[in-house]
Amino acid sequence: MKQGVDLGFKLAMLTIACLLFLAVSATWIAPHDPEKAQPQLRLKDPSYEYPLGTDHLGRCIFSRIVFGIRISLFIGIAVVLFSSLIGMVLGVAAGYFGGVVDETIMRVVDAFLSFPSIFLALAVIGFLGSGIANLMLSLILVDWTGYARLVRSSVLSLKGKEFLEAAKSLGASDLYIMSRHILPNILPSLLVMATLSVGYVILGAASLSFLGLGVQPPTPEWGAMMNDARPFLRTHPLVMIFPGIAITTVVLAFNLLGEGIRVRLDPKFRAENGYGYEN
Amino acid sequence: MLSFLLRRLLLLLPVLLLVSIISFFLFYLSPGDPAEVLLTGPQGPPDLKAVEEFRAREGFNDPAPVMYVRWLSKVVRGDLGYSFTSGEKVSDAVFSSFLPTLRLSLISLFISLLISIPMGILSAVRRGSAIDGLGLSLSLLGVSVPNFWLAYLLIILFALRLDILPVAGYGDGGDIEHMILPALTLGISAAAVTGRMMRTSMLEVMEQDYIVAARARGLTERSVVLRHALRNALLPVVTMVGLNFTYLLNGSAVVETVFAWPGIGSLMTRSIYCRDYPVILGCMLFLSLLTISLNLLTDVCYRYCNPRLIHETGS
Repeated sequence: MKQGVDLGFKLAMLTIACLLFLAVSATWIAPHDPEKAQPQLRLKDPSYEYPLGTDHLGRCIFSRIVFGIRISLFIGIAVVLFSSLIGMVLGVAAGYFGGVVDETIMRVVDAFLSFPSIFLALAVIGFLGSGIANLMLSLILVDWTGYARLVRSSVLSLKGKEFLEAAKSLGASDLYIMSRHILPNILPSLLVMATLSVGYVILGAASLSFLGLGVQPPTPEWGAMMNDARPFLRTHPLVMIFPGIAITTVVLAFNLLGEGIRVRLDPKFRAENGYGYEN
Repeated sequence: MLSFLLRRLLLLLPVLLLVSIISFFLFYLSPGDPAEVLLTGPQGPPDLKAVEEFRAREGFNDPAPVMYVRWLSKVVRGDLGYSFTSGEKVSDAVFSSFLPTLRLSLISLFISLLISIPMGILSAVRRGSAIDGLGLSLSLLGVSVPNFWLAYLLIILFALRLDILPVAGYGDGGDIEHMILPALTLGISAAAVTGRMMRTSMLEVMEQDYIVAARARGLTERSVVLRHALRNALLPVVTMVGLNFTYLLNGSAVVETVFAWPGIGSLMTRSIYCRDYPVILGCMLFLSLLTISLNLLTDVCYRYCNPRLIHETGS
């Protein structure tokens, strides 16, 4: 079990390092232009020239998958950065100030949590229109509440601890206490949640793009590629299968990474799962 | 219990108000003129006078707060307006599409429990073994696989290669044959989450004193696990059924589209494609109300099944 998580963590690190490398050097690694249509080469089986075959417009599937890493990682990481920042600021404010501030922020969080997440994202896109900017906005609106809740409850558990009282009695300002004393204490659990949600955000982005509501063609995106493959499912199932493998790999890597970080950083989880304290 | 319920219901009022504000605000922010979109037919752009008349009739010219209050006063009376495309009452459209979703969700829920409960028990009892490792890996894989991809894998295997099940559709009022693949897709995804929960819960219970006592009385391991541990371990899992249901609803958004299942997920995506704003708004409100009720139900169940909680919080 413990070895399993460790192995998974290492594999995840390796996978993500590879993905980052591929994303950065996609231009050199992809054998073809991912957006170049060649109608005479449509729906070809995998070959030496086209390792994963071609899609319905004769575009190289392998090149499209490699370029798709860029967009998925960009969406996943950017959305998580924004939403964790929003959630952190509001969560710290709610937990630290309490009272009306807390009530107001938490009721807004409750309201956002009242929508099943993908339907909220769908509604945002439905009203504001499809495209990458609205896709990211919709995912941020879904994602930020988790951080706000987590941060607030961590702050509440820290409240009244001696080191905070000490800082306060030394005349530290609220802002100083929040940024120098509270924040470092909640960062580990925040990091775990953020890592895990990169995977879920990528999954959500792919789902919405699959519905034709996220990243728009001809930009190579895995969900959109699967949407394109729908009419050819019977004759060319591979066109559908390859992008799915890519999504699963990336999401799995982030999930394993998150679990690994949790085992390493989260003292509560360590204690509950028999890892013991090292110091 | 009653005071707890009352307090919870009272707390819901501001949340409901905020839900309506968020929904309306999104609607209000939508770019483009719904009147123009609607009245644009195959014969070209609409007559300006017709657009103006439509705007005046639907009250699109008023300031936002006025529109909001008028809309809200209709909504609380159960009037969600009419669909832009079909002219059908939105409340009718939402309700009639919710039934297929409910059917599908209930079957999926059943499938997910059928998979996850034995998996969770086995993992917990054989903690650290190969079986546990396999269970954890599978559940991790289950939450990482996009459900629409899983849906297509199942379609490729069962409908196209083996040709034993239909590819998609509702069939004769949603018969079993047409339900198997979508329900399996959603059930497997949900099982990945529930299985882990079951394992954690079982592990916690297995460390309790009464399990040690049962073992000390010389009961067989089978009886200890199934009669003593399982009953208590099931508690959190069963009370989480409400949460599970929201998880299934989320999955249905895309899976229903894949299988052309005429549920609320399909309704939502279809309405988005043709900018049928009242229907989108109606789906949003209905689903949020459903989620809120399910969460409340979960809380009530949890308290009802865990009398300890009441003593601890002192109410």
